[in-house]
Amino acid sequence: MLRALLLTLSVVAIAHAELCKPDAQNAFKVRISIKTALGDNAYAWDANEEYLFKAMVAFAMRRYSSKSTTQISNVLLCNVTDRVSFWFVVTDSSKNVTTVPGSEVEAAIRMNRNRINNAFLLSDKTLQFLKITSTLSPPVEPSTPVWLIVFGVVLCLIVAGIVFLIISGIRKHKKKNKESTERENLEEKVEVTLENGIPCEALDIKAGHVNGVFAADDERFTSL
Amino acid sequence: MSKDLSAAPELPKEDGRPKWDNKFQYILSCIGFAVGLGNVWRFPYLCQIHGGGAFLIPYFIALLFEGIPLLHLELALGQYLRKGSIGAWNTISAYLGGIGVASWMVSVLISLYYNTVLTWVMWYFINSFQEPLPWSVCPLNENRTGFNEECYESTAVNYFWYRKTLNITPDIAESGRLQWWLILCLAACWAIVYLCTIRGIETTGKAIYVTAIFPYLVLTIFLIQGLTLPGATEGLIYLFTPNLSTLKNPRVWLDAATQIFFSLSLGFGGLIAFASYNPTKNDCEKDAVTVAIVNSMTSLYASIPVFSVLGFKATTAYWDCLDRNIINIINEFDLPEESIMRQNYTSWISFLNSSYPEKIAGLKLKSCDLQEFLDQSVSGTGLAFIVFTQAIILMPGSQAWAILFFIMLFSLGLSSMFGNIEGVFTPLLELQIVPKSAPKELLSGIICLISFLIALCFTLGSGSYWIDIFDRYASSVPLLVIAFFEVIGVVYIYKINRFSKDVEWMTGRKLNLYWQITWRFISPLLLLIVFTAFVTLQLQKPPSYTAWNPKYEGFPMKEEKVYPPWVQAICVLLVALPCMCLPLAALFHLVKQKRRSKDPSLVPSEVFSCQGANINFSHPKE
Repeated sequence: MLRALLLTLSVVAIAHAELCKPDAQNAFKVRISIKTALGDNAYAWDANEEYLFKAMVAFAMRRYSSKSTTQISNVLLCNVTDRVSFWFVVTDSSKNVTTVPGSEVEAAIRMNRNRINNAFLLSDKTLQFLKITSTLSPPVEPSTPVWLIVFGVVLCLIVAGIVFLIISGIRKHKKKNKESTERENLEEKVEVTLENGIPCEALDIKAGHVNGVFAADDERFTSL
Repeated sequence: MSKDLSAAPELPKEDGRPKWDNKFQYILSCIGFAVGLGNVWRFPYLCQIHGGGAFLIPYFIALLFEGIPLLHLELALGQYLRKGSIGAWNTISAYLGGIGVASWMVSVLISLYYNTVLTWVMWYFINSFQEPLPWSVCPLNENRTGFNEECYESTAVNYFWYRKTLNITPDIAESGRLQWWLILCLAACWAIVYLCTIRGIETTGKAIYVTAIFPYLVLTIFLIQGLTLPGATEGLIYLFTPNLSTLKNPRVWLDAATQIFFSLSLGFGGLIAFASYNPTKNDCEKDAVTVAIVNSMTSLYASIPVFSVLGFKATTAYWDCLDRNIINIINEFDLPEESIMRQNYTSWISFLNSSYPEKIAGLKLKSCDLQEFLDQSVSGTGLAFIVFTQAIILMPGSQAWAILFFIMLFSLGLSSMFGNIEGVFTPLLELQIVPKSAPKELLSGIICLISFLIALCFTLGSGSYWIDIFDRYASSVPLLVIAFFEVIGVVYIYKINRFSKDVEWMTGRKLNLYWQITWRFISPLLLLIVFTAFVTLQLQKPPSYTAWNPKYEGFPMKEEKVYPPWVQAICVLLVALPCMCLPLAALFHLVKQKRRSKDPSLVPSEVFSCQGANINFSHPKE
């Protein structure tokens, strides 16, 4: 009995060893960089973390294929190094000693990548599935590009400045013109025709007076 | 008799010429004109490639024997004759009027392309408000599986400059389309120039307080920030460590002489225009020395933050290189994280190389050498738009630094533009192209509008290649020719003794020996040597340019191409056009003189009226 048990166990172990080894079919390499991601808060990678990893992969497979047949024992880890990198493979419990096709595993991981990352407090870069590329998030594009808004503000300021300067220039010009025409008018008034130092207009205004002295003198001369 | 009753007061005799509000405005304008983009992106580069601190020796010798004398000459000329470049040279001698026309033409050509450089600065400025900075990430390609190929193969910064800004064509012969975003920025730039130069020095004098002082503030901020960055000291040590053996290379002396000459903006006519608005009794000698020294000190001061930042960038690139190698090694050998650090990298590498040489060779590790990263020297637009922008991404708070940096570049360029525009504006004003009754705003508006329309061709896909051409040909050789004839004209045609007396009258003291010797012999000789050396160097190899061609097999290296013949013809035209003005104007005047002497009826009637007036004023015999 015991011998039969030991035999089956060893067969399973060998089978597992056959299924999970570097570059095996449907096996994926995982590389984890905890210290890079968390620095001082880094946790150590031990058997408990490995258990969590197996649980997450099983969870991903269950969610993807929505049949609850994948168990934690179906996920096999091997070749764990100090780097923290290892290979894993998912066995199919319904079919004996076979692995789930790589494409299924890949699709399942991809679908639940976010959940897996968050369970370990890591990101796509620090929890790397070497053959599974991550989808890149599209960049956030605002409806109007920011630069256009800034440009609009700058242009409005410039145009306002130009309009202000032109209007103030026109006003100054008008004031100068008004001043110069006023001065011209003033000069015109001064440029009067003068006769013997007396403005003609003054002479016109005051009607010429006949000087009685001279008028009287005329009678003294004898008429010819 | 009628005079006695005239009520109008006798106005003081004014020539109606605008003048500076105060002396400080004038000095600041000259400094702003001289201090430009070249102080930030050309001088540090020259210092770096020509042996660091050792470059200062030929630089200061050139300043002493070429820069200061020529500057004093132009300022004294403008101040005494109180006219722009064309009027001033026509007054000195009608045969030398061509110098003024050549200066004017060079100012026009340079205004056109200089403002387009400011357009690029403005484009980067308005893009600096975005978070994250648009030149920090590569855009995705069409089906969102990876990054845009052109961006991925070069860098995000290169991609933003060559594709998103310039949308550059792979060849100068392909013009491409007008880039609408550049047209918008170009319109804004010319609107700013119009706003500031709308009434000549009345408005630029106010604007210069901001545009000339602000760059110094920003440089100081960058200095403080730069010195705190890691790797700054490496950059500074690299910059200033003198390597005296470079002085044996004549190229170094030539570069120093040309740098001083172009940095002081001599030969543009802008300095003559600025000085012409001064009162005549002004100490132009002190002004010239002040402006020249401030310009050189600014160059030195600017190179400190520039090299701190470059040292920081080189150190960061070096660390990135090391980190990448370390990750590769750790991944390959499955060593625990942080087992190899930057400090023990070399010991690990030697150990691994001895034990697993094939594995190491298979990794294809890049050799990381800090010196190599420091040696990557760039000048000009490459420094500002590629290297510096990359460094800014690495700094914390990168948007603020980007905004500050590009405003500083814009102010530096704008204050130089004021001088360029003044060199165009003042002679046109004096030639009365526009009737005197028309406001000054109209003339400046016309100049800005026409310049904007012509400069639209720089917004084409091949625009930046054309700007390089203008920079290399229109703003180099003609200026040397103009400056040479300026000195010869003043010293030997106007006669140095006469000029000395004029300067003595203005400054109130005699010209000392230094000016006499430099003006008479040293400066013209130096200019002649520099001109010959410069032209010889240019002619040694066929003029070529480097093109950004994504399809080139060596991409992202730039492809070296030769200019097609029609472009070479345009280069020759750009050099020849201003230079031809000198002999042509002299010839034109000679022909006019000959025709006048041949035909006595063409003698102007003023001669007779003068004599007639003399007869009238003689007392009639009683």
